[in-house]
Amino acid sequence: MSTIINLSRRDFCKTGALLGGGLVLGFYYPGCKAGKKEEVKAVAPFIPNAFIRIGADDTVTIIVNKSEMGQGVYTSLPMLIAEELALDWSTIRIEPAPVDPAYNHTQWGPIQGTGGSTSIRSTWEQLRTAGATARVMLEMAAADIWQVDEKDCRAENGHIIHKGSNRKLSFGELVEKAADIEPPKDVTLKDPKDFKVIGRNKKRLDTPDKVHGKAVFGIDVMVPDMLTAVVARAPVFGGMVKSVNDKKAKEIPGVKAVVQIDSGVAVVADHFWAANLGREALEVEWDEGTLAALDTQNQGEQYVEMATKPGLIAAQRGDVQAALATAAQNIEAVYELPYLAHAPMEPLNCVAYVRPDSCEIWTGTQMQTSDRDAAVELTGLPPEKVTLHTTYLGGGFGRRAVGDAHFVREAVQVSMAVKKPIKVIWTREDDIHGGFYRPRAYNVIKAGLDAEGMPVGWQHRIVCQSIVEGTPFEMLIKDGIDETSVEGAADSPYDVPNFICDYQKAPSGVPVLWRRSVGHSFTAFVKEGFVDELAHAAGKDPYAFRRQLLAKHPRQQALLDLVAEKADWGNPSAKDRFQGIAIHESFGSFIAQVAEVSVSDAGKISVHKVVCAIDCGRTVNPDTIKAQMESAIVFGLSAAFYGEITFKNGRVVQSNFNDYEVLRMNEMPLIEVHIMPSEEPPGGVGEPGVPPIAPAVANAVFAAKGIRMRKLPMT
Amino acid sequence: MISLDINEKKYQVEVEPDVPLLWVIRDHLQLTGTKFGCGISACGACTVHIDGEAERSCQVSAKEAEGKKITTIEGMPEDHPVKRAWIEDDVPQCGYCHPGQIMQAAALLAENPNPSDSDIDEAMSGNICRCGTYQRIRRAIHIATKSMPKGG
Repeated sequence: MSTIINLSRRDFCKTGALLGGGLVLGFYYPGCKAGKKEEVKAVAPFIPNAFIRIGADDTVTIIVNKSEMGQGVYTSLPMLIAEELALDWSTIRIEPAPVDPAYNHTQWGPIQGTGGSTSIRSTWEQLRTAGATARVMLEMAAADIWQVDEKDCRAENGHIIHKGSNRKLSFGELVEKAADIEPPKDVTLKDPKDFKVIGRNKKRLDTPDKVHGKAVFGIDVMVPDMLTAVVARAPVFGGMVKSVNDKKAKEIPGVKAVVQIDSGVAVVADHFWAANLGREALEVEWDEGTLAALDTQNQGEQYVEMATKPGLIAAQRGDVQAALATAAQNIEAVYELPYLAHAPMEPLNCVAYVRPDSCEIWTGTQMQTSDRDAAVELTGLPPEKVTLHTTYLGGGFGRRAVGDAHFVREAVQVSMAVKKPIKVIWTREDDIHGGFYRPRAYNVIKAGLDAEGMPVGWQHRIVCQSIVEGTPFEMLIKDGIDETSVEGAADSPYDVPNFICDYQKAPSGVPVLWRRSVGHSFTAFVKEGFVDELAHAAGKDPYAFRRQLLAKHPRQQALLDLVAEKADWGNPSAKDRFQGIAIHESFGSFIAQVAEVSVSDAGKISVHKVVCAIDCGRTVNPDTIKAQMESAIVFGLSAAFYGEITFKNGRVVQSNFNDYEVLRMNEMPLIEVHIMPSEEPPGGVGEPGVPPIAPAVANAVFAAKGIRMRKLPMT
Repeated sequence: MISLDINEKKYQVEVEPDVPLLWVIRDHLQLTGTKFGCGISACGACTVHIDGEAERSCQVSAKEAEGKKITTIEGMPEDHPVKRAWIEDDVPQCGYCHPGQIMQAAALLAENPNPSDSDIDEAMSGNICRCGTYQRIRRAIHIATKSMPKGG
């Protein structure tokens, strides 16, 4: 039985040691004492690289440097190693990586993190190479023992086998010898046609612990002597504490301390409930700052005004104005999308224990390096004295990938103040009110059709806040344009000779953040809704119309054909049901979806079925891909029908799942996923399923009732 | 002092009588399988069985739970048909809501060993899954019905 190590179990400890070709790694073992290199070696003598350790008992420990938030990386990344290492899958043990440059993202610079649907793409070469390197070293060890040519030794199911004599040694039997072998500089990776693991369904290694309630999420971490804190934060973004009266809060039984930190006032207690009651009893006067009058309607009017002026040009070809002026038919529309909270099931939380000479952090994070660096900055400790344990994440969706480490900073600051281990818990209300939303977006889009009904000009103006401005990810701003604001729009694949996409950066203030599929979450709604409008204006079938405009994109054309065939396009399954189609590329993958909906006379929209086709290049764990499509479609439907954060008097109106609603079982459509066979390099999977669903549904609603849904949520 | 019977074990807990059972279970007894999601019975992550019924433990006080038989995810046998079905269909993604989902589904099947899709909709719509695993939850409930003990 494979095991996954829940790092945060109390009996775990860390041994820091200089190991594996000079890498400084932090290794974790159950029940160990503060350790030395010898102790690490005693448990796992063979450490070919930062990702693999093999013990004399045949256990293969795989250190995973991506956070497991449901997307299946604790299974799919080990599969990459397993393919080359030819290990026995039942001997695998998974360990979350500590913070170390060895685990930095291969495409993001010196940052360790998980996001952008990059986990497979960024480790595809790295982890297969790590596996192949280990295998070659084991083969060399066996060849040395048997005094045979290493070319006659091959790995199979956790053993090295000698071709001539059929002699066989398990990995565990080879570890002592292999540990002395110099890692090869170059290894040859398998020809994909020989893959035995990659591309075949594998059961998730994390399922049993999650089913039995044993998986340890950040909120589950218990440290001896730990206290729990909740934080009173300003009711308006940018607000500051003016004065605090903590008399009544301190009278609540169990409340131990009230401390002011950067983000507000923390009430510290024996347990969550006392802390929560203490916060209710706390009297804080706030300086509400410049956003005290923020109002969704007024802000909307500001966006409308901004959209009347040209913005920075994100992409341009031909002469749009001339094309629109001479077109046979002009179509213009406005598409509006609101701020959205991520609302992962596990509210944000962090445990920190700051001591004079060390700091230990336990949290479900997508951004280990910036979290660790924030603790270094706050404590003044050197980086090697700050240990961060990544737990399971009860959903991420981008909310746990923050540049300012705010949810880690709070716990570190409170622990510094009270000198005890502290768990800061956000309530759901804290989460919904807490900002870092998908930005609101206002889109004005125009097109001209020629006499044949084909578009000759396309103009898309986007007004929205920049996600990365003022964050450590500011390098994503190119020529003043935040790429995450225009992705999916500026690079529209539709073959229109005259094209412009420009961008008006809305004023900052409301904290915004990437949220599953980022800019694509709104640009696809605009692009795929509007191209549907053009198809209808041209009197053409929306599938055929898209197909024609994608003549230069054979992968997208083929995917459209696949989804149309599987959904039986043009033949909805019942008389009162109508189909809508959408296709979008994001994160290196292509997704096409057909939604089948009915609309009642009272206007109630029901989605009965969604057929989804994905071309994500080569697959690793196909069942996980299907699961991610199911997941993304539900996520997108929640945004399509419910998601909306609004402001009145500077305050967020919504507060919990009663007024920030999400899709539930009774509204769940049947989802069918078809994966396009492909030999292209792997694309992303976690996010790309989100963008097409809202427009597919909106297009189906138009087919049903002739009503064009240009604003989300649809009401 | 509150006396609780959880997973066939007796506990004496020093806690204010109005503390929600959820936080007694999690913070005082450190049975962390039961999850906090909303605190207002809108999400179902904190679902436990109280005298065999699926209940939101965030809405039941420690005092009210006294003298009742409470079962949490940790107290459900690992070979329970619902748990087995969940594993068979690889239902969880992030997994956070699933202790609640499983407790809710187990209560449904205890009452109705062969639920229709609309029975499932009715029983399970109080349990939110942000990863959107609803299709697999439905499928796993149908799988579990096949191995639920029949009769009696």
